[in-house]
Amino acid sequence: MCDTCGCEEHTHAQEVTPPVKIPVVQKILGANAQAAENNREHLQTHQISMFNIMASPGAGKTTLLIATIEALRAKKHIGVIEGDVASQIDAEKIVPTGAPVVQINTGGGCHLDAPMVHQGLHSLPLAELDLILVENVGNLICPVAFDLGQSRKVALLSVPEGDDKPYKYPAIFEAVDVVVVTKADLLPYLDFDLAAFGKLVHGLNPDAPVIPLSAKTGAGMAVWLDWVEKNS
Amino acid sequence: MHELAVTEDILRIVTEHATGAGTHHVTDIHLVIGDMSSFVNDSIQFYFDLISPGTVAQGATLHFHRQAVRFRCWQCGQEFSPTKLDWVCPKCHALGGKVLAGKEFYVESIEVQ
Repeated sequence: MCDTCGCEEHTHAQEVTPPVKIPVVQKILGANAQAAENNREHLQTHQISMFNIMASPGAGKTTLLIATIEALRAKKHIGVIEGDVASQIDAEKIVPTGAPVVQINTGGGCHLDAPMVHQGLHSLPLAELDLILVENVGNLICPVAFDLGQSRKVALLSVPEGDDKPYKYPAIFEAVDVVVVTKADLLPYLDFDLAAFGKLVHGLNPDAPVIPLSAKTGAGMAVWLDWVEKNS
Repeated sequence: MHELAVTEDILRIVTEHATGAGTHHVTDIHLVIGDMSSFVNDSIQFYFDLISPGTVAQGATLHFHRQAVRFRCWQCGQEFSPTKLDWVCPKCHALGGKVLAGKEFYVESIEVQ
């Protein structure tokens, strides 16, 4: 008798073929990784370095970009890719520096991806550039997962955000080549323990220098600019 | 939000393998996700329910195999699982370690009919 419906005519159980397991083991976001590799090769052909700059909104990415472009004006030809959910505000801030800039609006997306940067690269005069600074969408989480084809990854953390951030967002601090602590002129006024922060970062990523600076006062900028020159 | 792009990629991988196996009905999808990878199960499920109808994966069950973070102490080599606010090696009390596990993010297998 059929176990499923109780009839005498058939056995439903035998009609169901058991599922077959197919091993896949394929990395998710492989398509982005391939596009990133294409960007990387394209940039190498033009002998251009590209930094993927990641931080929370308001950490001071644009301010540091402007200070860097101004300070290295005589030494480096720098182009900028600005990533934001919406608006041209950041690109408009870069324009007065004279650096070629392209704004990418992700339309709600929380990160830049490699195909977007590919589009951005086509809008920059690559033959004239040595270094491209990509300002990623303000976010400590998502941008880490998307390779853009950059030669270096940079994390910024501003003093007001607090020194415990590596515990909360370990992936970004583990992944980057350098960590810049911005708004360091606020250190005397806030409970940010720079030594404790440095220890946490180095607990995950012993090779990444931690550079405190203030783009506003210029303190610490020399160390950062030296790093930029050595890595581009 | 980045889970939309991620879920589209999962669907692409699943469709590719299902089609390759000559089937149009995927019943189960096994994902391996490291706890450090920042991908959230509920969010992937949300986008999957939104974009899978009409594909080979329509109605498939997503299985999330979460992989805990594992460190290897830089100082003494001890392997340990850090907690959210404690990265201290239980053996030598040094802080942090090389990340051995926790960054995984892949489609492990699919089940088809």
